[in-house]
Amino acid sequence: MIRSKREIRKAVLLVAPSIVLVGVFVYGFILWSLRTSVSAWEGIRPDYTFVGLQNYINLFRSTRFQIDLWNTAYFTLFFIVLCISLGFLLAFLINRNVRGEDIFRTIYLFPMALSFIVTGVVWRWMLNPTFGVNVILANLGLPSDWGWYTDPTRIAGFHVALTALILAAAWQFAGYTMAIFLAGLRGIPSEVVESARIDGASEIYIVRKVIVPMLKPITLSAVIVLGHISLKIFDLVMAMTGRGPRFATDFPGVFMFETTFTGNRYGEGAAISIVMLIMVAVVVVPYLYYSFKRED
Amino acid sequence: MKLRKLVALSAGLLLLLIPMVALAGGGAEEEREEEGLEIVTWWTAGGEAEALSALIDLYREQYPDVQVMNSTVAGGGGSQARGVLASRMVGGNPPDTFQVHGGAGIIGTWVVDDFMEPVTHILEDNDWMDVFPQDVIDILSYEGEIYSIPVNIHRSNVMWYNMAIFEENDLNPPETLDEFFEVAEVLQDRGITPLALGGTDGWEPTHLLESVLLAELGADGYRGLWNGNTAWDGDDVKAALGTFVDMLDYINADQSAITNIDAAEYVAEGEAAMTVMGDWVHGFYLAIGLTPGEDYGWIPTPGTGGNFIMLTDTFGLPKDAPNPNNVEKWLTVVASREGQDTFNPIKGSISARTDADRDKYDVYLLSAMDDFERDSIVPSVAHGAAAEVGWMSRLNDAMTFIVEDKDIEAAAAEMQSLADQYAR
Repeated sequence: MIRSKREIRKAVLLVAPSIVLVGVFVYGFILWSLRTSVSAWEGIRPDYTFVGLQNYINLFRSTRFQIDLWNTAYFTLFFIVLCISLGFLLAFLINRNVRGEDIFRTIYLFPMALSFIVTGVVWRWMLNPTFGVNVILANLGLPSDWGWYTDPTRIAGFHVALTALILAAAWQFAGYTMAIFLAGLRGIPSEVVESARIDGASEIYIVRKVIVPMLKPITLSAVIVLGHISLKIFDLVMAMTGRGPRFATDFPGVFMFETTFTGNRYGEGAAISIVMLIMVAVVVVPYLYYSFKRED
Repeated sequence: MKLRKLVALSAGLLLLLIPMVALAGGGAEEEREEEGLEIVTWWTAGGEAEALSALIDLYREQYPDVQVMNSTVAGGGGSQARGVLASRMVGGNPPDTFQVHGGAGIIGTWVVDDFMEPVTHILEDNDWMDVFPQDVIDILSYEGEIYSIPVNIHRSNVMWYNMAIFEENDLNPPETLDEFFEVAEVLQDRGITPLALGGTDGWEPTHLLESVLLAELGADGYRGLWNGNTAWDGDDVKAALGTFVDMLDYINADQSAITNIDAAEYVAEGEAAMTVMGDWVHGFYLAIGLTPGEDYGWIPTPGTGGNFIMLTDTFGLPKDAPNPNNVEKWLTVVASREGQDTFNPIKGSISARTDADRDKYDVYLLSAMDDFERDSIVPSVAHGAAAEVGWMSRLNDAMTFIVEDKDIEAAAAEMQSLADQYAR
């Protein structure tokens, strides 16, 4: 393609403002955080004395941060699995031309319209061990002594208290994955499904061998979106549980906030945020690379 | 042509941004001569906000020409306000004065780094050095100068108890730690949670610990914790940690899920018998319609009688404040007998002065005032009077572990290493 110089100049002018803004406010500040994270800054006045990786070493030695990393790993795993499976199930059912499809779709999608703060407050009350759903369970004669987010039990590094957060987060985002999968399902040409049916494939076989493989790219984007939400989770935790018993519901985001803004330990706080950035980058960058490559 | 319009539009937007950024950074330069007084606080709740506006009204009466600007930053128990404040102070655009926890809270954060002007002369010029207890002056001072004026005093070491429960079970409120464990055992046997404790905000266990430390170490030993004279890994502190761990046998099961006010509510509703919390609980009980001395009672936390753990909100004078003269007038009003007696009965705290007008205070506040005059006064760590915020936040973390792990040796070692780093 041949473009005139004039056109190129215009194009550059057009994108320049956003490049400058993103350059300063995203990449510039990332570099600034990086610099802070290798500095001795504690207290209000900035102190950029270079301390090498000391903040990172302290961080990885701290029990609290180790717990945070485990929590992030488990939370991300279960949150994504739950969202994807629930979302797919809902989308699959709705896609069968059920009556009142619009209503169901709207109902399932509604939680997405809430902020994590609202979700957190609501679920905090619902799962309160003394007056939450435990009361309903007790009235039904079911086991009702669940501690939910107050339970300090750990199984193989997994804090049982996390289940409460996973439930709340999945409740909010299952509708979103449903919407994505619904779009994906609608995008599958009916000829493909029908010809499989004519060939005598059972419904389950069609789902396994035709529908699921064709939804792969969409599942991948859902995983990326959900993954970066769960790796950065903060507001839900702050509103719902706080740090929890023995940091059972603590996450790097919460630790970062408390370290930096209530403890004035800016160097360490920046180190936490850089670790979080790396975690998200590990998930997102290969995906971006992959999708750019396909566009070419 | 469409493209040209777009270019013009985006260029225009960018140009708009520049003055906005400039305005945000350079507001201070445009301030006119000493007309205003900007006060930054995080008092947003009913009684607090009312108390502040009553104090501002008093100031306006005396200095009608000054435009008072009440900049309240809501949220996060002050952490939002501190964030805003930090960026303004470091950015060279300080407010005229701001609310800050007195003691290490202001010294460690603002004074050591040279952000504040000393204000000792305000007390000296008015001959007020003697009406503030010497212990309070000591807590507020750094290298011989006072850097902030206390507007109130809250007490941390108070045990609130449900009077009906104690009467029905024929028990007396415990005055010593031994009595506490006896009473707790009886209540536990009768199916009543003896002690309500919160944990959502991370500092509630520290709040209980400071009372226990004081009970085991005494006032001088307790003060030594913060200047390095008392070892954290010594036998006394370990004994205190052991007592704290023993107390955990008698607390509510949902400790990590409730706030300090929830814990107070457990006591009010009879779900628990006692809770150790600062005297804002009194304000909370009044707000929900309870009667002091009938529905609820109070005594110093067992073992801390004769001692008063204080925390205080103070105002100071930042370097380069736009209107320093108006701030000095404000601080004088704050420190005055009238100012204290205007603010505190509404806020539910006591005057930092010993010559308060007793007619204005209720039955609990009067008893706190009596103790304040008599007792040894020591600073609270859970509320920023004894240790700077970095130390405080890491002590809170150590406490979160000990509540579940109950590992006294590990906690003592961790706390000693914090003291090595921070004590001065």
